[in-house]
Amino acid sequence: MKLVCLSSNPSKPCLVLYFKGVTLMLDCGLDISQILNFLPAPVVHSSKWSKLDKYASTDEDLSHELKECAGRVFIDGSFEFACPETNIVDLSQVDVILLSNHSCLLALPYITEYSGFKGFVYATEPTLQMGRQYMEELVTYVERTPKTKMCSKWKSEDIQKNLPPNLKNAVRPSAWKRCYTRHDINASLARIQLIGFNEKLDIFGALQVMSCSSGYCLGSCNWVIQSEYEKICYVSGTSTLTTHPKQMEQAPLKNSDILIMSCLTQTPMANPDAMIGEFCVNVAVTIKNGGNVLVPCYPSGVTYDLFECLSGHMDSCGLSTVPMYFLSPVSDSMLAYSNIFSEWLSSAKQSKVYLPEPPFPHAELVTLGRLKNFKSIHDGLQNDFKTPCIVFTGHPSLRMGDVVHFMEMWGRSAGNTIIFTEPDFPYLEALSPYQPVQMRVCHCPIDTSLSFAQANKLIKELRPQNLVVSHNHTVPPTALPLRTDLVVELEPAPLTYRRGDVLTLPIKRKFECIEISPELADNLDPVEVKPGAAVAMITASLIIRDNKYVLEPLPKDYFHDKKKRGDGSMSRPKTYIWGRVNVRTFVDALTKQGITDIKVEETEDGSIIDLPNDDTLIQVEPESTHIICEGNEVIRIKLRDTLLKCLQKL
Amino acid sequence: MAEIKVTPLGAGQDVGRSCILLTIGGKNIMLDCGMHMGYNDERRFPDFTYITKTEKLTEHLDCVIISHFHLDHCGALPYMSEMVGYDGPIYMTIPTKAICPILLEDYRKITVERKGEQNFFTSEMIKTCMKKVVPVTLHQTLQVDDELEIKAYYAGHVLGAAMFHVKVGQQSFLYTGDYNMTPDRHLGAAWVDKCRPDLLISESTYATTIRDSKRCRERDFLKKVHDCVEKGGKVLIPVFALGRAQELCILLETYWDRMNLKVPIYFSLGLTEKANHYYKLFVTWTSQKIKETFVQRNMFEFKHIKAFDRAYIENPGPMVVFATPGMLHAGLSLQIFKKWASHDLNMVIMPGYCVAGTVGHKILNGVRRLEMENKQVIDVKMSVQYMSFSAHADAKGIMQLISQCEPRNVLLVHGEAAKMDFLKNKIKQEFKIDCYMPANGETVCITTSHNIPVDMSLSLLKREAALSGVFPPDPKRPRILHGALVMRGNKLRLIDPGQALCELGLEEHQLRFTSTVYVEEDGPPTKTADKIYQLIKSKVSDTPAQYSSDGSITMSDSVLIKVSGDEESKSVLVSWSHQDEDLGSYLLQILKTGLVT
Repeated sequence: MKLVCLSSNPSKPCLVLYFKGVTLMLDCGLDISQILNFLPAPVVHSSKWSKLDKYASTDEDLSHELKECAGRVFIDGSFEFACPETNIVDLSQVDVILLSNHSCLLALPYITEYSGFKGFVYATEPTLQMGRQYMEELVTYVERTPKTKMCSKWKSEDIQKNLPPNLKNAVRPSAWKRCYTRHDINASLARIQLIGFNEKLDIFGALQVMSCSSGYCLGSCNWVIQSEYEKICYVSGTSTLTTHPKQMEQAPLKNSDILIMSCLTQTPMANPDAMIGEFCVNVAVTIKNGGNVLVPCYPSGVTYDLFECLSGHMDSCGLSTVPMYFLSPVSDSMLAYSNIFSEWLSSAKQSKVYLPEPPFPHAELVTLGRLKNFKSIHDGLQNDFKTPCIVFTGHPSLRMGDVVHFMEMWGRSAGNTIIFTEPDFPYLEALSPYQPVQMRVCHCPIDTSLSFAQANKLIKELRPQNLVVSHNHTVPPTALPLRTDLVVELEPAPLTYRRGDVLTLPIKRKFECIEISPELADNLDPVEVKPGAAVAMITASLIIRDNKYVLEPLPKDYFHDKKKRGDGSMSRPKTYIWGRVNVRTFVDALTKQGITDIKVEETEDGSIIDLPNDDTLIQVEPESTHIICEGNEVIRIKLRDTLLKCLQKL
Repeated sequence: MAEIKVTPLGAGQDVGRSCILLTIGGKNIMLDCGMHMGYNDERRFPDFTYITKTEKLTEHLDCVIISHFHLDHCGALPYMSEMVGYDGPIYMTIPTKAICPILLEDYRKITVERKGEQNFFTSEMIKTCMKKVVPVTLHQTLQVDDELEIKAYYAGHVLGAAMFHVKVGQQSFLYTGDYNMTPDRHLGAAWVDKCRPDLLISESTYATTIRDSKRCRERDFLKKVHDCVEKGGKVLIPVFALGRAQELCILLETYWDRMNLKVPIYFSLGLTEKANHYYKLFVTWTSQKIKETFVQRNMFEFKHIKAFDRAYIENPGPMVVFATPGMLHAGLSLQIFKKWASHDLNMVIMPGYCVAGTVGHKILNGVRRLEMENKQVIDVKMSVQYMSFSAHADAKGIMQLISQCEPRNVLLVHGEAAKMDFLKNKIKQEFKIDCYMPANGETVCITTSHNIPVDMSLSLLKREAALSGVFPPDPKRPRILHGALVMRGNKLRLIDPGQALCELGLEEHQLRFTSTVYVEEDGPPTKTADKIYQLIKSKVSDTPAQYSSDGSITMSDSVLIKVSGDEESKSVLVSWSHQDEDLGSYLLQILKTGLVT
């Protein structure tokens, strides 16, 4: 059994597990943090980005590809993403892909399309629908301001090694890929089979796979992969906090042979509850001072909680009339879907639909006109735009989407505030091309994933035999090398994975579950050899269908056929003789059979019984008996049968 | 042999007050807990004294499962849990849990406030009853206890309707509730995987009907409505608030839109607005098309259909009115019917099944003079139309479900005896499986037999695979497995016989035979050995013999043949262990006959 790690970002995992002849891919995360090395794609034409200094280089092509901006060097060309490592796995041999939540599937088209992949993909309905929206948002942003120029010159090794650190340290840029298309999204997502929480899936009769709620976002799950005897649990994006999704379910993950963990917090120093409070306060202060607030965000997940908490806070500050704008190409769907996924919600939210009321308060905010959503700034926002206001929009990398426009519009005024909440991108790097910015910058990262303390507590409760985690999670964060408490700890030390690693997991299979048909069972003749223990010898026909093994009685003509062939060697199921021969009893039995002249001679190991009338010797030892006769079958068979009566047979 | 015992307390050869008791693997389960629309006395509820006369039901039931929100499936639930007494878990889907209490409250109001009945369940009881409900989602495997698990499948009958697969150990059954195998405008079709239950309990409302295409039925319906209003008549469509009502509304709405009709369509107020709310929140339970388009347009927001007011009954001119309840047994629909029945331009369209005893059932059976409760007599002159829009599977659908899930036995409920009997024979003929149709209070015992699971040593299995040789294995050739089944307590293990004996501390006793045949033959012993080797090769073809350089011949695991002697006489020693008794004695025999001649 092996585990292969294909992703370098433990929060966007992509692992491959080989188990019982089945190849399973666990998640398909796409690490798009590389786009921080690119110049932002403006929504509205702006001279700022086209008038930048070229990178000082003797190479004409290279200075065309790279631009200097605010003291840093950026790539001026079409966005590219670092895909999972696909060279060490044959994608056409992957049988099953398990997707845990919508933030861990963005690489799916790279895996399933143009790769010969022909397996099944499993995900919950919210994961599929939300995942589709995230992909569409990404594609819309990328396509809205098309950059046709592909930059590859700088990727050549001898050039890259001399570039500034941000580009020098880029991992394998030659393998970066351009964004997929809408067609790829549809083709890829069409392969998904929907599953519910706690639905037991049969994988080729060899494995059973079950998802269970992970509490991280709508429809997010962890996985239990098990055979009859072995159990592997995969914990992906998980939250033990109480927010809007259905609570994390712990019981099915207990007592596994292997626990694989990914997606721990990216902001170990920030407490999500405190951050959300700080977020609300910062918004209110800015608005009270007449400024505007910009919140770069994804179109769902924590954003739903922000709407809820912020509107409550604004009410309490008497700022209920301040408009909240939600701009995303998929804002419509994201708001609509949130209201129909009641079965994936926390019980408090779910109980609302029994009334019947929409489970999220943002439905009411929309009805009241306090929250307005638009596809983009060109979609009627102008007619409705009132300041001061709060704008929620993507993309949180600040490299694409409507947020680029708001950065340019509001960045120069110290009255405005930008609040970073998404943990996926380091905020200072995200801001770097816009520097110097005058607007107030707040960093309130909200990552509801497991903190190290929560993870260690969880591991203790789940009691796995073996733990497998990302290498990054076993050493303190690079920025905080002394915080040795910010690691996953377990005795014995967990196995760790890094991109490109192939781990051999310590599981040795000993048993397979097979079934015995009732007809065969009826014909068995168990012998109780000890109190409470019985044995029956079985010779039966093994039927294997869909990886399920069934023992049935031998075909009726099986022995018959053999006899006809004149051999007879297999004409009887094997029998086993055990026990010791009691010479006294044996001799008595022989006498009863009419054999008269019996001489018994004791030897070191047993006895020799001599039957001089029949030219026969019988050597009796504790574990064996040897009948030596002169070819008289009648005598031999008589001796054999008499002896067998003195022994036990199976 | 294990058993499954089934006793219907209601819906046995009948439609109404569905309530089926079932015992499987020592677990007692109640399937649905409905009321009967045809009765107003104690017969309207299932007879729970069958279970126990004195104690609470909690001790006698492991769980209660409700298939959908129709009152003939959940109407007796508060009575059962609060008045008879049951505190165990009640399972239903989330939409059912949402809608069920509203219908129960409505039912309670009609019974207590309008008919003035005493000793009925109260609003408070409905609330406490609903607190005992555990919501289930589709395909989730829900563990009731360590042994009992249930799984819900989409049934398509009404919003949130589900079929339940219940499993205890290896035994299982599938209860369909009411289901529909053809998708319609607002709901998808029922679906179940090949779960191969020991028993399928299926409804059989339309056991003998095979419905024509849905499009024809819809065209027919629209034509009748259109003709009637064109002539200035009023159309009454008695419906239940949720279910067919939404289906027919979508149908009329699109038709009115297309034909640009101005005749008003009304929907009796009350439940319906709320009902549409539910449909909006439970879009995931509706049809594929509605799911795909709900972000742009919600199908349950109607343009042409307005709320009805009681005063409109007397309005002149044509109109179409949807009114509850659906079987004309009480409420607004009955009230409107009484007013409009005597006018021959008017029409009543019954879009679904009517339970015996209801006004709906009477007029459908041609009764045109009705005596009402208060001695009032109504002459029905209006046109009475029946159109099957209820979302039940027809005979074809039932057969389709059977082939989908491949049950070992079928049991029919929720239908009329004569029709069931016909279907029962058809099922027996077509699927060659047993089919039952118990009456209320009658118990059916179904024996089940299953394979016995065993832990098999992987090394033994792998050795077998290696022995069978060919890869991929030839499916036609029987693969023979030989092993020792060790039984200790409940644990069954199939392992290598040698290992088994060793584990159990048994010493295998080796039994060996040695016989000698004397031959008078010239030549060196090796020549005789050659001859023997050739002889064996010709006589025993399927067991290979090894001829080693020292002149001995070995076969199988233990057979040894050795020739010794001088130029004239030789002794041939044949030795074998008891394992190879047949081969050994056979060889001895051919040597004796083959060498002497």
